[in-house]
Amino acid sequence: MESIRLETPLTDEDVARLHIGDHVRFNGVIYTARDAAHKRLIELMQRGEPLPIDLRGQVLYYVGPTPPRPGQVIGSAGPTTAMRLDPYTPAMLELGVKAIIGKGGRGPEVREALKRHRAVYCIAVGGTGALLSQHIESAEVIAFEDLGTEAIRRLLVRDFPAIVVNDIEGRDLLEEGRKQYRTSDRPIPAFRVLGG
Amino acid sequence: MRTIDVAEVTETIARLAIEATHFLPEDVEQAIRAARERERSPLAVQIIDEILENAEVARRKMLPLCQDTGTAVVYLEIGQDVHFTGGYLIDAVNEGVRRGYQEGYLRKSIVERPFSARKNTGDNTPAVIHTEIVPGDRVRIRFMPKGGGCENMSRYQNFLPGMGKRAIIDFVCETVDISGGNPCPPLVIGVGVGGTAEKAMAMAKHALFRKIGERNPDPEVAELERELLEAVNALGVGPQAVGGTTTALDVFVETYPTHITALPVAVNIQCHSARTKEAVL
Repeated sequence: MESIRLETPLTDEDVARLHIGDHVRFNGVIYTARDAAHKRLIELMQRGEPLPIDLRGQVLYYVGPTPPRPGQVIGSAGPTTAMRLDPYTPAMLELGVKAIIGKGGRGPEVREALKRHRAVYCIAVGGTGALLSQHIESAEVIAFEDLGTEAIRRLLVRDFPAIVVNDIEGRDLLEEGRKQYRTSDRPIPAFRVLGG
Repeated sequence: MRTIDVAEVTETIARLAIEATHFLPEDVEQAIRAARERERSPLAVQIIDEILENAEVARRKMLPLCQDTGTAVVYLEIGQDVHFTGGYLIDAVNEGVRRGYQEGYLRKSIVERPFSARKNTGDNTPAVIHTEIVPGDRVRIRFMPKGGGCENMSRYQNFLPGMGKRAIIDFVCETVDISGGNPCPPLVIGVGVGGTAEKAMAMAKHALFRKIGERNPDPEVAELERELLEAVNALGVGPQAVGGTTTALDVFVETYPTHITALPVAVNIQCHSARTKEAVL
C-alpha cells in the first residue's frame, strides 16, 4: 500500500492534504503522552505555568512503552486506547497539536475539535508495539520522569506507520469503513464510552 | 500423594510470563494468516500484514508483542493428590510474576487503591489467580497476560430466560459494535452462559484459553459458536475497526446450569495478540 511521507512538525498545508484511510509515515520528532501526563499538562495550564514543551505543529503519540533491554532504544511501543484521552484532547489541540496517534475511535467532541483546529487523528496498529519500536531511533524523557512509563518522551521516528481516521473535513474512517463492509442488518449503535 | 516445591511454581510462572508476552501462539498466527486470504478491504490487509510482521520482529528481537503486557491472569488446575511444600502457593505465584516481569523487561501496569491513589505496585503483582481442584497428581499452570484495551470491553447482563439464543447473539454483537477499535480487532471472543454472574464471567475468560477453531464438544453450543462468529464478522468492524470482513478470529462459548429465573451472559474479549502459555508440573 502506498504511504504519504510526513515530516514533523506539521504545517496546516501538511494536514490539509490528508484524508481518512490514508496510510502515512511520520518522520522526525513526536512526543509521547498518556493519561497522567495529560492531567499534569492541564494542571500546569490551569495554574498559568509554562508547559515543558511547545506543542505548536507537534504530533502526540499515546503510548506507554515497556522498559528497554540493555542496548535497545525503547521497548515495545504501540498505541493505547485514545478514547480515554478524549476529555483532555480539545485543550491540546488549542495549544497547536496538529496530529495525534492512538488506537480506537474518538468521541464527537474530539472530532469537532479536530475539524475546528485543523488537525488529524491517526491510528497506529494496536498490538504491534515490537514492530513500531523499530521505527523509533531515539527516545528521551523530557518531562514528568516520576511517571515512569507515562512520562513525556521525545521520540525521533523514521517512517513510523499510521492510518488517518479523522481528517479536517470531519470525516471518520471507522464509521464509514464499518458501513462499507457491513452485511448485517443490525443497526449500528450510537457512539458511547464503554470503559476505556 | 506427590510433593511439589512451590519454588518450581515460581520458576514456571516467571518463564511463562516471558514466553507468553514474546511469542504469539501458533494457532493464532495461522488464523491471522488465513484471515488475510479472506479479507476484502485493502487497508485491513495492510493492518494484518503489520500484525504478522510484528510477531516476527517480537520473536527475532525479543521484544514484547505489545507494550501492554497486561494483568497477570493465572489459572492453576491442581490435582487433589498434590501436596505443596516450601511456602504458600499464592505467594509463590506472585513471586513468579514479580520475577518474570522484572527479568523479561515487561511493563508493570498494576495500580493499588483503584478508585483513589492508583499507585503502581511496581512489579505487576498481585496476579489474578484462579484455582481449581481436579483429580490426579499434576498441576496445570496457564498464564494469560491480559491487556487493558480488550479487558475493559467486558460486559455482563442477565436476560429473561425465554429470550434464549437470540439474546446471546444480540448482546455479543452489540458489545463488539460498541467496542469498535478499542479491544484491537481481529478479536477472540469468550462467552459464558449460565451459572451466576461471577461464574458466567469466569467461563467467558476461561474460554479464551481454547485454540482457534476448537469447538465446544456439545454440538448445540458448537452451533451457537459458529452462528456468533458469522454474526460478528457480518458487522464490518474489521481489523482495528477500519472496516473489513475480519472482525473476530473465533468465538468460544462455555455454559453451566443456571437458576430457573436466570439467563446470565458474560462477554470477555481478547485482542488479536491472544497471548497464552501453559505448562504442566
